[in-house]
Amino acid sequence: MADNEDDDYQYRIKDGDYVVLKRGEIYKAVQIQLRKKVIFEKQWIFLDNVVGHLYSTTFEIVSGGVLQPKKEDKDSESSTDVKAAGTDNRNIVDDGKSQKLTRDDIETLKEQGLKGQEIIQQLIENSSTFSNKTGYAQDKYIKKKKKKYENTVTILKPTCRILALMYHGREPGKICHLRYDTLAQMLTLANIHAGSKVLVFETCAGLVLGSVMERMGGYGSVIQMYPGGGPVRAGVECFGFPAHFHNMLHEFPICHINAMLAGSLDTTVKDPAADEKHFDVAAEEEQNQPEAEQQQGSPEEQSMEINAAEDAGQDQEKLEKEKRKEVKAQEKRVKLEEKRRKLAAAAALLEGRNADGLVIASRFHPCPVLLGLIKFLSPSRPFVVYSQYKEPLIECYTKLKEQGGTVNLRLTDTWLRHYQVLPNRTHPLLLMSGGGGYLLSGTTVATDHSKPAGSPRAEEPAPKRQKTEKL
Amino acid sequence: MSFVEYSDLIQDGDVVIVYLGHNSVMPVKVQHGAQTQTRYGAIRHSSDLIGQRYGSKVTCSKGGWVQVMHPTPELWTVSLPHRTQILYTTDISIITMMLELKPGSVVCESGTGSGSLSHAILRTVAPTGHLHTVEFHEQRAQKVAEEFREHRVDHLVTVRNQDVCKDGFGVKGVADAVFLDIPSPWEAVGHAMAALKKHGGRLCSFSPCIEQVQRTCEALADHGFQEISTVEVLLRVHDVRTVSLPLPDFGPEPGAGEEAVPSPASVSIKTTTPPREMPGHTGYLSFATKPRT
Repeated sequence: MADNEDDDYQYRIKDGDYVVLKRGEIYKAVQIQLRKKVIFEKQWIFLDNVVGHLYSTTFEIVSGGVLQPKKEDKDSESSTDVKAAGTDNRNIVDDGKSQKLTRDDIETLKEQGLKGQEIIQQLIENSSTFSNKTGYAQDKYIKKKKKKYENTVTILKPTCRILALMYHGREPGKICHLRYDTLAQMLTLANIHAGSKVLVFETCAGLVLGSVMERMGGYGSVIQMYPGGGPVRAGVECFGFPAHFHNMLHEFPICHINAMLAGSLDTTVKDPAADEKHFDVAAEEEQNQPEAEQQQGSPEEQSMEINAAEDAGQDQEKLEKEKRKEVKAQEKRVKLEEKRRKLAAAAALLEGRNADGLVIASRFHPCPVLLGLIKFLSPSRPFVVYSQYKEPLIECYTKLKEQGGTVNLRLTDTWLRHYQVLPNRTHPLLLMSGGGGYLLSGTTVATDHSKPAGSPRAEEPAPKRQKTEKL
Repeated sequence: MSFVEYSDLIQDGDVVIVYLGHNSVMPVKVQHGAQTQTRYGAIRHSSDLIGQRYGSKVTCSKGGWVQVMHPTPELWTVSLPHRTQILYTTDISIITMMLELKPGSVVCESGTGSGSLSHAILRTVAPTGHLHTVEFHEQRAQKVAEEFREHRVDHLVTVRNQDVCKDGFGVKGVADAVFLDIPSPWEAVGHAMAALKKHGGRLCSFSPCIEQVQRTCEALADHGFQEISTVEVLLRVHDVRTVSLPLPDFGPEPGAGEEAVPSPASVSIKTTTPPREMPGHTGYLSFATKPRT
């Protein structure tokens, strides 16, 4: 518990860190970059001054979007003078005239550089009804105004909790409306822990992948099964993981799943000199990309050739062009080699079909995804599938029941309610989330016996015989 | 086998989870030469379990079969011997996320109870974290310590038999997170504060009654905790069913020809139904952040 500088080093904000800005319930993930403007809640701010401060420090935004550490409120709650309070609201009329300050007056106060606290004091003094409000209503009024006029931002270290709250609050569409408590269920239901081998298929901006990686703490391996041209990992970046975490992350394009399952995926280099073969692999991998990108290699080269022909007379330029072309080709070869190496590494992990966990959360139909990827799991390992909609998961459930190989199948969702807890005023919040999506979870089992797929203890009773038949 | 590391084959001394059917599981300690009775007959450990692959089907003496599963904290939660009321996976999940647990986290917990949450915490903080768990009931503390050994997680946990409200957690300034599930959590808030790291950490208190929540939140605010928030989470299970809906017969439509095909008497659809009854309340979860002190 020594209190020296070295102890604190890991808790200090550094240039280049990924951080989360927070004000009230609003979060925003950013990277600390010097002299870079960041928009937060419609305000331009610079984060230069936060470097060197401790995480979880609250800053005040002063003129020019500069941040200054907020001074400790001497007595934050009662610093607003409240003299008198009414007993009930029988004499309060909502005529829109109770506040004597106009919008412009408040703007002027702001321009004069008044702090949030001072503005609130002004508002109270100029409100004709404030002193008639009950003590509870006064508290509520102050709290509401504080939220509006307090100009602070807290810098947090990103965690799964904070990023899940942030994505759900800011951009639920980007994460398929996956609510944070649903994500929490997924991580436990899939028994995500250090040292295991987990398959992740997600189109939630990388939030699910990042959460899985956080729970694995850099131990074990995560294979991101990705659709399209390349894996999406914006959300993973936001976690600001140490470099070695990325060593456990592998990627595998789903367009090779069938080949992988058939055992026909070839990741070896037959002849290192034959470039065409590399290009073949590349073209195949980019199948799912938009047309324009797909042909990225050829038009470039074609245009180069045309240029070269025009400049035929100028040997010097021609030579340089050729050199550049050579460099480019070299870069491409390196890139392709890297890609091939990654594919081979991921394929080697999948080959044994002995993964320890499977997490699916995507905008794709979950059924083909689940039925394809579940084949890579060892027996007695958990899997969990998220869908924003229930019906596709019913289909998954039915298909899994038909083909066997799983037990403990459960289709669930969670209901989440927040509470206001105040002396004599405790109650659920008036608004709650209407739904956080659905989960299908289960455990794989060995399918060696050639018994009929239907278990002797069917979980689903047969539908009752119809009485109408008698008619 | 360990609760924090998978293995492929069942070995002597392992704890396995026998899956008897939907919502019916039992833990079995594998011992050379031992037998376990199930409703489908006996399982002979030496021939039926040892050396078998986890997830295999095992045929019992009466001809019925069961599946033998690798233990996980979630399977343990639904199969463990209850010595107290326990926390279930739905609450455990949100506690784990909201306490920001991950490999390496140091956690203080009280009471240990039957160890349902403890196993989930250990799974998440392994291999470099630690759990300090405090249970005031002596036999319960002994029993759970024995289970931690059997489950091969004892190197990650310290069990203390003391009263957290009086004696605290037995450690100071080391915890990233504190979890309280005791009758009067407000009495332990000061000890929780002391157990948490100087630079701060997270706290969660689980209470079934709103009066407890009220007092705990007040104590949390008094001790300088921030971001105090109370939530309740419930699991809703959807049972997948094929249902048949009869169609009404309104008689033949006027104008329709004689050859009109009679419509079917009913249609079959795949849908889900809620269970007739479900747990409607477990407890309120109050979370808070300890700021740097």
